Amino acid sequence: MGAKNSLAGLTVVEIRDGLRNGDFTVGELVDDHIHAAERAKNLNGYITETPDLAKDMASKSDDKISRQELGSLEGVPVAVKDLFCTKGIRTTAASKILDNFVPTYESRVTENLWGAGAVLMGKANMDEFAMGSSNITSAYGPAINPWKRESDGDDLAPGGSSGGSAALVSAGVVPVAIGTDTGGSIRQPAAFCGVVGVKPTYGRCSRWGTIAFASSLDQAGPITRSVHDAAIVLEAMSGHDRRDTTSVDRPVPQFEKFLSQSIKGLKVGIPKEYLSDSLPTEINKLWGDGGQWFKESGAELVDISLPHTKYALPSYYIVAPAEASSNLARYDGVKYGMRVSDKSLEQQYSKTRGSGFGPEVKRRIMIGTYVLSAGYYDAYYIHAQKVRRLILEDFNSAFKKVDIILTPTTPNESFGLRDKLDDPVAMYLNDIFTVPASMAGLPAISVPCGLSGTGLPLGLQLIGPAFEESRLFQFGEKLERAAEFSKQPSSYVG
Amino acid sequence: MDLDKETVASVAKLCRIEIQEQDLTPMAQELSNILSWIEQLREVDVSSCEPLSSVVEAELKMRDDTVMDGDLAEDVVGNAPDSTNNYFLVPKVIE
Repeated sequence: MGAKNSLAGLTVVEIRDGLRNGDFTVGELVDDHIHAAERAKNLNGYITETPDLAKDMASKSDDKISRQELGSLEGVPVAVKDLFCTKGIRTTAASKILDNFVPTYESRVTENLWGAGAVLMGKANMDEFAMGSSNITSAYGPAINPWKRESDGDDLAPGGSSGGSAALVSAGVVPVAIGTDTGGSIRQPAAFCGVVGVKPTYGRCSRWGTIAFASSLDQAGPITRSVHDAAIVLEAMSGHDRRDTTSVDRPVPQFEKFLSQSIKGLKVGIPKEYLSDSLPTEINKLWGDGGQWFKESGAELVDISLPHTKYALPSYYIVAPAEASSNLARYDGVKYGMRVSDKSLEQQYSKTRGSGFGPEVKRRIMIGTYVLSAGYYDAYYIHAQKVRRLILEDFNSAFKKVDIILTPTTPNESFGLRDKLDDPVAMYLNDIFTVPASMAGLPAISVPCGLSGTGLPLGLQLIGPAFEESRLFQFGEKLERAAEFSKQPSSYVG
Repeated sequence: MDLDKETVASVAKLCRIEIQEQDLTPMAQELSNILSWIEQLREVDVSSCEPLSSVVEAELKMRDDTVMDGDLAEDVVGNAPDSTNNYFLVPKVIE
């Protein structure tokens, strides 16, 4: 239940206007968001809350405002996925193995946010090491989707891996949460929770200080309640960083400027490979509605083909675990994190990792180790990297004909937290529509566009050419406006 | 692709993850299921293409060869389970 006159529930744009007009102080804003978090405890959205730090940051922000020094995110309360290193604040990656890890440095993305005036409210729950699509792999118990089916009161998955981030934004606990997306980890939970999620182009945001899962795929991005807010936050997060050689040195556009641009005469690609017999009718219908809304705004729909779409997910499940097995080798009970002591160093490594990692993380390290091992490297890893090129070339050809691509974000609505536990492959299929853009490094946005028959949110995805996030916002704003998605979840506390 | 128990045990050894004897068979089954699903990639003709390792076509930049930071030994060992005099401590490895 929302509290009367609470400032929680305001959007970034509303906060910006309110602070400029002197309607409230950052101190008041932050207090209301601290109280909102107390009302939403049952969602388990945070692993660590930082109310004292938030009050401290708020008071500094109010000082800045009194001097007329407003950053682009001045005073905006933000939840940060617990995968970003925050100096002096415990950062767990939702893993037992990092339960006591307190970084001595700040990630570049969060540094950018604080530089723009944002206020840290806490570290959001997630799947362990960002591996999962439901939040059930978190060592701290899953975050819970603020939405419920109309027919029952069962706890539903917020999606993953940035499930805590999406749940907190959806419930009105924060206007902004930062997530990471490797194969869909921002877009899928955003769709499940009825909020906006953006995965920028690979290289747009620095990965420095973000705990690595699959380095050639990982990207940070915003989760917000509006397309406009996402544009403001992404601009603040982005930018070149010499400490990450894959971060790209090119100007960051003023994304906000593109929101109002017309899409008249522009071409929207509809890829036939995303249509399957198993796609629920209501999702197919919503996808059709999305195309119709674009037509009504003056855009043209173009049928396109991305022939290697079905191979994106299986090749992802070679590339991502391979990189993960290498990245997670560092958790050895020597440099940081937990240790299970043994008199043999070899045994100490194995026992530490055997007890510190959860089942899904172990599974992926095992697959990664197997596909990289002698005799299998070419057959699996190199083969998957070649398929990855074909996926990229599919998109390159498509973007010669169209300006943007429209698809559903997920092949299904959210599911019960107890479902799908037994079959890893069934869980992996959640990302079937989000993984292709990840493999090609392309920017994509999920916009909430409607409700399923059971009353749960459904999202549509827009995929743009590399470094054309501007187009995501330009088209995303039209989608948002036409869909008029305004329903709030039953656990809304703003 | 079917993995047997012995293969799973040897992969577990390679990545230094202790797996209990009774868990090897179920894990072999799980990993086999995943790998069988991945096998569909064999249908794809990749004979004419190069592997893609980076989606960003950026040139690596040169930078000045200067110290960016340093003297952070205490920070570096700050999270170590066991350390002394800014060294990481591990069990004796040489008899």
